Amino acid sequence: MRLQYPSSIRIICLPCTGKVDLIHILRSFEKGADGVYVVGCMEGSCQFTAGNLRARKRVEQARVILNTIGIGGDRVQMFNLASSEAPRFVEIAEEMTRKVSALGPNPIKTGRKQMAA
Amino acid sequence: MIVAKQKPLEEILEGVKNAGKILVAGCNECVTVCESGGKKEVAVLASALRMAFMNQGREVKIDEVTLERQCDHEYLEELRKLIDQYDVVLSLACGVGVQFLAEKYMKTTVLPGVDTCFMGVTEQRGVWTERCQGCGQCILATTAGICPVSRCAKRLFNGPCGGSTRGKCEIDKDLDCGWQLIINRLKELGRLDDYEILIPIKDWSKERAGGPRKVVREDVR
Repeated sequence: MRLQYPSSIRIICLPCTGKVDLIHILRSFEKGADGVYVVGCMEGSCQFTAGNLRARKRVEQARVILNTIGIGGDRVQMFNLASSEAPRFVEIAEEMTRKVSALGPNPIKTGRKQMAA
Repeated sequence: MIVAKQKPLEEILEGVKNAGKILVAGCNECVTVCESGGKKEVAVLASALRMAFMNQGREVKIDEVTLERQCDHEYLEELRKLIDQYDVVLSLACGVGVQFLAEKYMKTTVLPGVDTCFMGVTEQRGVWTERCQGCGQCILATTAGICPVSRCAKRLFNGPCGGSTRGKCEIDKDLDCGWQLIINRLKELGRLDDYEILIPIKDWSKERAGGPRKVVREDVR
């Protein structure tokens, strides 16, 4: 199944989404990422019991912070799918790419340019 | 431990809006355990502040440090050589730490990043409840280890008030009546007769009502 997904996406592999911390998400934006999405296993099927549920909470925390500081909480999202669902993986990648493209670039990058000018 | 919760980010941003150099200072003790001001929270807050300023096109230097404690001279001394670089120190320690830091470095603006709430316990992850008000005259020996000063809304000393219903307090249906807890535990201990012993009037001057307090131990000075 040689499926293609948008090349703008950079995948960071983790042993479990429970490893995702709030600071990882925030640092991604700080470094200029336009969007971040976390793809975990289906809820209820985490091998470590609650990794994906914890990840969802951290994504929500990031969303609140990004909204407060004007970056936009819609740039971060949590998805759940099984490892056998490659077509769904591609769908999510395309959906998130469309969504983030519509939101435009991370405003921090514009701010950085202003600072450099 | 002292339980605190982080202030809303909007309030923190308002407080530091004119600063050019900010030090976010965490504390490795109580506020780390209650997840409001430890190393992790310092990193998250510093990152959020950096992004907020970058979004405004402003270059603000934001550094992070987490001290072992902010309520001891020896750890606060670690800031001595670097504190003058900053316009503002945003302390995520409890009110004790913020004040001690401010007292020690008179020429630096120190702002609190947390609201200090009470002395309490971790009931479960993310749930902290009050257990002690530091009243200066502990009566836990006579109340089966449950404190009527901190657990009873009215701080009653000799049994519950008329607002106690089915073991719950009248101010909140989910809040246990402190005196019901005391009676239950006296029963478990086989000491229910102690409930009849009148607790004398408390000397409230040993509590906050007597003004700021001080403990001096000449033997360890």
